Amino acid sequence: MSGLIGKKIGMTSVYDADGKNIPCTVILAGPCVVTQVRSKEKDGYEAIQLAFDDKKEKQTNKAERGHFAKAGISPKKVLAEFSRFESGHQKTFGDIIKVDIFEEGEYIDVVGTSKGKGFQGVVKRHNFAGVGQATHGQHNRLRAPGSIGASSWPSRVFKGMKMAGRMGGNRVKLVNLQIVKIISEKNLVLVKGAVPGSNGSYVIIERWK
Amino acid sequence: MNKAEIMKYVEDNVIEKRELPAFKAGDTITVHYKIKEGNKERIQNFQGVVLQRAGKGATETFTVRKISGNIGVERIFPVSSPFIDKIDVNKRGVVRRARIFYLRELQGKKARIKEKRK
Repeated sequence: MSGLIGKKIGMTSVYDADGKNIPCTVILAGPCVVTQVRSKEKDGYEAIQLAFDDKKEKQTNKAERGHFAKAGISPKKVLAEFSRFESGHQKTFGDIIKVDIFEEGEYIDVVGTSKGKGFQGVVKRHNFAGVGQATHGQHNRLRAPGSIGASSWPSRVFKGMKMAGRMGGNRVKLVNLQIVKIISEKNLVLVKGAVPGSNGSYVIIERWK
Repeated sequence: MNKAEIMKYVEDNVIEKRELPAFKAGDTITVHYKIKEGNKERIQNFQGVVLQRAGKGATETFTVRKISGNIGVERIFPVSSPFIDKIDVNKRGVVRRARIFYLRELQGKKARIKEKRK
């Protein structure tokens, strides 16, 4: 697996050779710095930690300052661990990783935090169909959840019953998104289709091989 | 670079710029549209009144409405579509708004748009 931390910028569309309109998301990906290398001997697993996006010294606490000073870089906003980079991309402490680890046309996964939807009913949250009809005397049950269980047995509502509640704001991974274009001089990746989260939110781009 | 600057950079550099004549809602235009049939390509004309231009940048579109045998037909074209061969502006109309959806309710003589005096 190899990957990068990025920032969702926004959506646009490009045209392919056949003139087909391809909706795509622009992601500012990297450059990321390796701030820590996890090894089997020391940590029990192999991974590297990447850092992305500058932040002010003032907003950084002492522990973090020390962590970044070790790598010899300015404080960063996001840290993420990537388990074992591919052998061709063996990285060491302090290395800078750029978008050139990806190629145009290959398939990647994108992890992000979905947009928060607030407290939502079952129709929106769990794709329920609502109860009954809208007409024929039917009254105020249009988006209701219906029955949530039987009566004397079991005399309780089962755990995990799909009900209304907070929706969105979850970690969401989309797999097999195609890279439409890479603009390496500006560290930009154009990914086919939508990506979880609002514009400006952080995403993790990863590739499993 | 902030988000808006990055989007502008992408749209300027990745998407091919089309040179189209300036037109706005109320104008009568002819869109020469390339249509692929198997391997052959031919050009179809769509003439009508522009109802609106929507969106901006690479994703901008415009809506053209024509009356075809008493039935209103509307078609939406992306401005940067490579299938648009060219656009002729036939008439410049005088309208007071940017989106003239009221035209859908009008028929016959009422559906005329005053032409701009040169």
